[in-house]
Amino acid sequence: MLEALAFYLFSAILIASAVMVIASRNPVHSVLFLILSFFNAAGLFVLLGAEFLGMILVVVYVGAVAVLFLFVVMMLDVDFAELKRGALQYLPFGALIGLVLVVELIMAGSVWVLQPAALAVKAHATPAGLTNTEALGRILYTDYVYYFQIAGLVLLVAMIGAIVLTLRSRPGVRRQNIAVQNARTAAMAVDMLDIKPGEGA
Amino acid sequence: MALIHFWTWLFEKLGVTLPYGWAWFLSQAVFIVVLCLVLMLGVAVVILADRKIWAAVQMRRGPNVVGPFGLFQTLADALKFFFKEVVIPSGSNKVLFLLAPIVSVVLAFIAWAVMPFNAGWVISDINVGILYLFAVSSLSVYGVIMAGWASNSKYAFLSALRGAAQMVSYEVSIGFVMITVLLFAGSLNLSKIVESQATTGVLAFAHWNVFSLLFPMLIIFFVSSLAETQRPPFDLLEAESELVAGFFVEYSSAPFLLFFLAEYMTVMLLCGLMSILFLGGWLPPLNIMPFTLVPGIIWFLLKLAFLFFMMAMVKAIVPRYRYDQLMRLGWKVFLPTSLLWVVLTAAWVVVLRHPA
Repeated sequence: MLEALAFYLFSAILIASAVMVIASRNPVHSVLFLILSFFNAAGLFVLLGAEFLGMILVVVYVGAVAVLFLFVVMMLDVDFAELKRGALQYLPFGALIGLVLVVELIMAGSVWVLQPAALAVKAHATPAGLTNTEALGRILYTDYVYYFQIAGLVLLVAMIGAIVLTLRSRPGVRRQNIAVQNARTAAMAVDMLDIKPGEGA
Repeated sequence: MALIHFWTWLFEKLGVTLPYGWAWFLSQAVFIVVLCLVLMLGVAVVILADRKIWAAVQMRRGPNVVGPFGLFQTLADALKFFFKEVVIPSGSNKVLFLLAPIVSVVLAFIAWAVMPFNAGWVISDINVGILYLFAVSSLSVYGVIMAGWASNSKYAFLSALRGAAQMVSYEVSIGFVMITVLLFAGSLNLSKIVESQATTGVLAFAHWNVFSLLFPMLIIFFVSSLAETQRPPFDLLEAESELVAGFFVEYSSAPFLLFFLAEYMTVMLLCGLMSILFLGGWLPPLNIMPFTLVPGIIWFLLKLAFLFFMMAMVKAIVPRYRYDQLMRLGWKVFLPTSLLWVVLTAAWVVVLRHPA
């Protein structure tokens, strides 16, 4: 009973906050509602017994990605009212994509009904005798190790690309060179002058 | 466990049979309320200790007027904050302005749900405890950003931007340090991480993670947690000479108190986490007679207090970093070192513990 209650609570807040992401006028509020929906999705993962995925969703999306979203939205003065003015002409296109997604979801869901045999091979979040984390690790590092490595390489390339795009060497920038600072001695920095009274330097 | 039986017994006396689920629910609720009260008391003590240590280093006396040795100073401060007026700036975003301190303090409290104070003394002994703590601590940046933005003040906003960049940067090295520890312990459960440091030999402390390959990671974790909680020398968020008071410039009375509470609660949490990851949590330092008789919670609190003392000393002694130095330390020193240590620890575990 408590589990069903928690499920409906999480799903209701998830859907409501997802609607608010596109409905709220202030972009900062949109991002904060997006964070709320991430949270509730993580809650649903935990209810499914996939606690590792739930925590990773919070760490990666809420802790890192959404912070950057928020950063950008706060820093840039984007006029969302201006952007939304012409949004209506894209409505048919958006509705089409939405329709395709809904049909696909229904098809994926109906497999369990049409093919009862498929239920037998349904993946379980927690196989017997293993924690969720261990089970994921065993699949990821054995059966799918090449895909895992390729995903890592893609991320590495993206990271290098981002660095290359933003790296520019500007001339005339003063940087602190700690080694040079530490190597500086009194003999290099101070000149001892013997100045006679009344003559000046 | 005993509490569950107590509730079942009590409701039977009242003529109602209580299902196990509800008895569990009630006993958890009682544990949570007790833990929160103890934590708030602990924060009061820790704030006083912080000020006393700071004063002692500077050869002052520190708070010594309210109560014996100034023991009630923190309570007096808290009362003062509660009776002041809540000032909300007219240009602020009022909902977010009040939500920000609440988010901060809630995150600071819920992190303690997985903290094992002794063998079995934990509210929720989940499998991914360390990941949960990492997730919660990576969320604490939202309190800062929301407060800075909602205040609609230049100083607060600048401080929030600094804070976001700083906390995200040091989050990375904290994550890698946690990975080294969990590779070494072979579990993400905090109780199991402590148990993996247990030994039957007399010199029990030699088996703690700190006296192993992981020693440099304790230093990195310690410094990163200073940056994560915005304590000096990394308190650039509230650098008085530049930003007045940082992201909580516009806050007064109870909302300010909530930020203050959350900050010290997080400091205590990270000290507790360090004692669990590296100093063997509730385990005694020596497996001989007088040491093994002391309850585990005392050892845990002693280790926590020792680590907090070190943090307070750093606050008193080290001058504030410049912002570029802070970023350089995080990204160019800690990140490569901890990444190297992840590889080293993994190799150590594979080669020495599970030889093919």
